Amino acid sequence: MSSAAIDHAHDHDHHHGPAKGITRWLFTTNHKDIGTLYLWFSFAMFLLGGTFALVIRAELFQPGLQFVDPNFFNQMTTMHGLVMVFGAVMPAFVGLANWMIPLMIGAPDMALPRMNNWSFWILPFAFLLMVSTLFMEGGGPNFGWTFYAPLSTTYAPDSVTYFIFAVHIMGASSIMGAINVIATILNMRAPGMTLMKMPLFVWTWLITAYLLIAVMPVLAGVVTMMLFDIHFGTSFFNAAGGGDPVLFQHLFWFFGHPEVYIMILPAFGIVSAIIPTFARKRLFGYDSMVYATASIAFLSFIVWAHHMFTVGMPLAGQLFFMYATMLIAVPTGVKVFNWVATMFRGAMTFETPMLFAIAFVVLFTIGGFTGVMLAITPADFQYHDTYFVVAHFHYVLVPGAVFSLMAAAYYWLPKWTGYMYDETLGKLHFWMSFVGVNLLFFPQHFLGLAGMPRRIPDYALQFANFNWISSVGAFLFGFSQLILLLVVIKCIRGGKKATAQVWEGAQGLEWTVPSPAPYHTFETPPDPSLIKAQ
Amino acid sequence: MASESSHSVYYVPEQTKYPFFASIGLFFMVFGLGSLLNDMSAGDSLAVSTWIALAGFLLLSFIIFQWFATVIRENHAGLNNDQLKRSYVWGMAWFIFSEVMFFAAFFGALFYIRTLAVPWLGGEGEKGLAGEVLWPEFQAAWPLIVNPDPTLFTNPHEGLNVKEWSLSFFAGYLPFWNTVILITSSVTLHYAHVALKAENRKRLIQWMFVTVALGIIFLGLQALEYVEAYGHYGITLDSGIYGSTFFLLTGFHGFHVTLGTFILIVMLLRCMKGHFKPNDHFGFEAAAWYWHFVDVVWVGLFIFVYLL
Amino acid sequence: MLSKAKLWLSLAFGALLMWSAGAHAAWELNMPRGVTQISRETYDLHMTIFWWMIAIGVVVFGVLFWSIINHRKSKGAQPATFHESTKVEIVWTLVPFLILIAMAIPATRVLTAAYDASESELDVQIIGYQWRWEYRYMDDDPNAEEVSFFSSLATSREEISNSIDKGENYLLEVDNPLVIPSDTKVRFLMTAADVLHAWWVPEFAIKKDTIPGFINESWVIVEEPGIYRGQCAELCGMDHGFMPIEVHVLEPADFEAWYAEQQQQALQVAELTNAALSMDDAMAQGAEIYTRNCVACHQGNGQGMPPAFPAITGSAKATGDIGITMDTLVNGVPGTAMAAYGRQLNPIELASIITYVRNAFGNQTGDMVQPAEVNEFIVGGQ
Ligand code: HEA
Ligand code: HEA
Ligand code: HEC
Ligand code: CUA
Ligand SMILES: [Cu+2]
Repeated sequence: MSSAAIDHAHDHDHHHGPAKGITRWLFTTNHKDIGTLYLWFSFAMFLLGGTFALVIRAELFQPGLQFVDPNFFNQMTTMHGLVMVFGAVMPAFVGLANWMIPLMIGAPDMALPRMNNWSFWILPFAFLLMVSTLFMEGGGPNFGWTFYAPLSTTYAPDSVTYFIFAVHIMGASSIMGAINVIATILNMRAPGMTLMKMPLFVWTWLITAYLLIAVMPVLAGVVTMMLFDIHFGTSFFNAAGGGDPVLFQHLFWFFGHPEVYIMILPAFGIVSAIIPTFARKRLFGYDSMVYATASIAFLSFIVWAHHMFTVGMPLAGQLFFMYATMLIAVPTGVKVFNWVATMFRGAMTFETPMLFAIAFVVLFTIGGFTGVMLAITPADFQYHDTYFVVAHFHYVLVPGAVFSLMAAAYYWLPKWTGYMYDETLGKLHFWMSFVGVNLLFFPQHFLGLAGMPRRIPDYALQFANFNWISSVGAFLFGFSQLILLLVVIKCIRGGKKATAQVWEGAQGLEWTVPSPAPYHTFETPPDPSLIKAQ
Repeated sequence: MASESSHSVYYVPEQTKYPFFASIGLFFMVFGLGSLLNDMSAGDSLAVSTWIALAGFLLLSFIIFQWFATVIRENHAGLNNDQLKRSYVWGMAWFIFSEVMFFAAFFGALFYIRTLAVPWLGGEGEKGLAGEVLWPEFQAAWPLIVNPDPTLFTNPHEGLNVKEWSLSFFAGYLPFWNTVILITSSVTLHYAHVALKAENRKRLIQWMFVTVALGIIFLGLQALEYVEAYGHYGITLDSGIYGSTFFLLTGFHGFHVTLGTFILIVMLLRCMKGHFKPNDHFGFEAAAWYWHFVDVVWVGLFIFVYLL
Repeated sequence: MLSKAKLWLSLAFGALLMWSAGAHAAWELNMPRGVTQISRETYDLHMTIFWWMIAIGVVVFGVLFWSIINHRKSKGAQPATFHESTKVEIVWTLVPFLILIAMAIPATRVLTAAYDASESELDVQIIGYQWRWEYRYMDDDPNAEEVSFFSSLATSREEISNSIDKGENYLLEVDNPLVIPSDTKVRFLMTAADVLHAWWVPEFAIKKDTIPGFINESWVIVEEPGIYRGQCAELCGMDHGFMPIEVHVLEPADFEAWYAEQQQQALQVAELTNAALSMDDAMAQGAEIYTRNCVACHQGNGQGMPPAFPAITGSAKATGDIGITMDTLVNGVPGTAMAAYGRQLNPIELASIITYVRNAFGNQTGDMVQPAEVNEFIVGGQ
């Protein structure tokens, strides 16, 4: 390996910029390059998963079967969920972590740069394996992203074996990525960057990484048990041998519930950076934000069975999980109130990142409200496995997690590319997305309450009207995302030069380096006086 | 936290070929393994998938070997400052935490099965209706010797658990000796570490040798026990939930011991080559942590799988 | 232009929200109140928490939008500098906590009531199959003729494939509905034969997973006779969307009459099993059974969808030894989607479908099997 690196910190003329050609991307150890790779990969996966969603919405546009057969419909639902969760949202946050954490804490790179490259490059292969199952004999996974046994074991298509291995290596990638984040944050902070001075994005990622390391192995464990039931005759999920299908669900949701917070905590971090910037006012209640995030993470380990209220748990279990779940509303509420208090008596402007961030606060909260409704066990008996649940989680995931990613992209794009993006297009993108997403998911609340189950390719006539609206919204929202692609490409190719500060009210170390951020930053630690309380 | 001087020379390699090709190896390995399992279940020829899996595995192993070699070389060349070394320490610690959670999933499954699922199937507890209506013949017990449906899952003949709490019983009880061996190996490894820090190379090598030998003996006895389980006790992977949990837990533990032993062998060789210094031997320490972790898992296993 | 569209949309949604629930079935906005004590309590609980959420939303979004409107830079707002206050943090931790307690109390009450399945007057076992339901009445008298039957989707494939108009109860209608008496505590013992399903009738506020090897309990006291519909609510494979539930609730006296008639019919089937079946009858009945049970996988023309679902035409199992055809139908093919029909169909129906697959779709074995032989195969084979 390069031995020149040893002294490059002292002598900037020897400095290695990015390598030329494709090997820059294949072999890079640079956190910015790897961040870029993650971001592009996740965007591609977003389009792929979105295309699957459009197949679903096209089929549900009208009652009756029109485009796909029921088995393929189930494969679309499954792949859509898997690709969006593991391929789009999670890698996007890892991409941001790669780009921004070293910049925010004044570190020269991620702690373990080679492993960082590996975390990324496993992913395309994992998804190659996963998506290729769609073309296999017998079809791809068709048992939902939650793959409940025994539908996913005894009754699964052969391709399930590849699906299991894809999950394994994807999990390995996540764990390595998380280890890297923790090591970076705990070990690489510039002098003066105490824990309680770290930007909230760094804090939320520290806690997210902890969640990842705690639960991805459990996912690996449960798919391993599936593998054994399928190929080695064990009976973990089969009562005839003394096992229990519900055991699968306990293990899956022990992973699955923290997983949904893995997809939202970094979003909280992003919004906590953007709102103060455009309100030109310090974030309200920094300390309580940190404690709230930690409380959410803690609670997320003891609420998993709220996904299983209808499996017939003993009463005491139902009550425990109901109460614990409801409690999560308290720390989450603290966060929402803090954001509102930050905006209160600020001096706000509404550039695209701010628009997305405000929409996040409102629409995520609506998703949170329906979450609390779902937590009420007897009411969940009516909501469970209907489109009410679909509406709930899309509100927290799409105008929640995904909007925060859009906000982040617009917010840091000038820092990444050195140019300002096209504000008009950005606003257009926002408004189309905003209208589209509500048109798409709001009517699904009504559908669920009126009794439409999820994961069905065809439905009774009374559900026709809202499905029609929802599908129109889906296409509107989906195609609006191409505007983002356009904005990003335009911005990479040129535009108005961005200053180092970029945004008038922005705080933090990332704004002290030039735009675009040089290939290597903070090889010598930043001046401690630059590090201020957030 | 970080001192200023160490910060300026944090070593970031400019490029690396390893991860990309390791990913390719990993891909072919799991793809081949998946095909192998499917071919096995379908009764097809295994040749092609075996070769794919093997090729992937070899590529991956080769790269990992190179990768570690490079890291070691860099360290010897003095490229790794204290801060970088701390990164490795954090990395290893959190990796072990992830392993803990992996086993936690299996232990959780065992507890759930033993305290909830099997009693329910046997007609006990809040959901005992299952036993009353669907499995009237079935009796809850642990070890589970008679399955709910013995036509689908052949019953084992008897369990492997401790049958009586007496000295004479333990004297002839293999898992007990395995526990002794593994705990001893943790102690010998500790002495190796002490010797390393005291720069006593000969002692170091001796203790390492003993540790590796104990690991291998453990594995041998474990293999013996599997043969017994299959042949004598009729406990197999498809003999119902008792065998399922038994082989899952001990199997993955055994797999980790195998890996750990291999790592210790590598460490032994590195000790012989004089790679480690009293103040700089994290590779050794990481291996030791791993070994202690495997040991602790065994103790949990011995208690919950064999004793109780 | 864009904001105009938004205005229009919010108006449209506002109008929708005001549309009283149930005024127009196709724009149904809310959950039904239902016809049991528990369903009404559930509905009230749902509305209570709904209004709590609206109230919290009004306050939070109120402050947010007020700030957006008034504290914008373009209006010359100067940013304040406050950035923390332990006092308000405590307040907005405690207040939500208290609200949650206020919601948890009624929730606990309803849940506890819903869990009390004791002292039932009638027990029915519900078994989920891919993709139909079986209902078994558990008579207290062990010598009584057992009443049990399968309940499958009655909507025609033509309606689903849009080649004819859809009926009023499209996808929500079955051939043999579950029948229960009103004003009676009926307990359901739910389980499944293959994968997980969930039995859900919104008007009863019952949704329970049916789990192979385990039993889940649920109960109802339906106050109004009538027809209630629901659907399977747990992904169970290809035709998860096509296994509806239909419950006919009768006055207790009518129920008794119905039940006696069912027992009579069960007796009759036993007799008919011993009578001879003609080829023509077998083929006619077989065709009917095929359309109801088999087309989903083996298709209307018997060509199946290879490789997942083999063709019937020319199949060795359908044209070779008749014993093998019988075995395939009675015991299914374990580990595949081909279910065991031995329990789902009675011997007469089984004889018909076996005869049918051996003589339809170009299979011309010309032979047939009698109900009594099938019965013997079932009794002897197990
Ligand atoms: C980013 C992802 C995300 C997030 C953040 C959440 C957040 C929450 N979720 Fe959600 N959830 C999912 C993703 C997410 N969920 C997914 C993917 C599923 C479906 C999985 C599947 O089956 O496929 C699901 C399903 C799901 C269920 C199971 C439903 C069912 O299947 O029957 C439940 C039940 O309790 C639930 C509850 C909650 C709660 C209580 C929160 C809380 O964290 C919300 C807290 C937030 C607020 C409450 C708003 C702000 C607070 C205030 C303004 C304070 C005042 C408020 C009160 C006092 C109420 N969720
Ligand atoms: C973060 C996660 C995430 C995201 C972002 C989304 C986004 C969307 N989801 Fe969903 N969804 C899930 C996670 C997510 N989803 C999960 C976990 C499930 C449960 C799965 C299960 O039941 O197992 C689910 C289930 C689910 C269902 C229920 C399916 C069923 O029960 O059968 C539906 C139905 O409407 C749906 C729709 C959509 C739509 C329309 C979008 C839209 O927001 C998507 C918009 C994006 C696009 C449309 C991309 C744009 C693409 C183009 C413009 C094409 C261009 C193409 C090229 C250039 C190649 N999703
Ligand atoms: C859920 C899907 C499904 C349904 C419904 C179904 N089958 Fe099958 N059937 C299968 C599958 C899958 C196989 C192949 C089993 C195997 O792998 O051997 C099969 C095999 C068969 C075979 C043997 C064909 C061969 O050559 O292997 C016959 C005959 C048959 N089914 C008849 C029927 C009849 C008659 C019905 C209706 C009463 C029916 N099936 C309903 C899925 C189904
Ligand atoms: Cu049965 Cu879904
Ligand atoms: Cu959850």
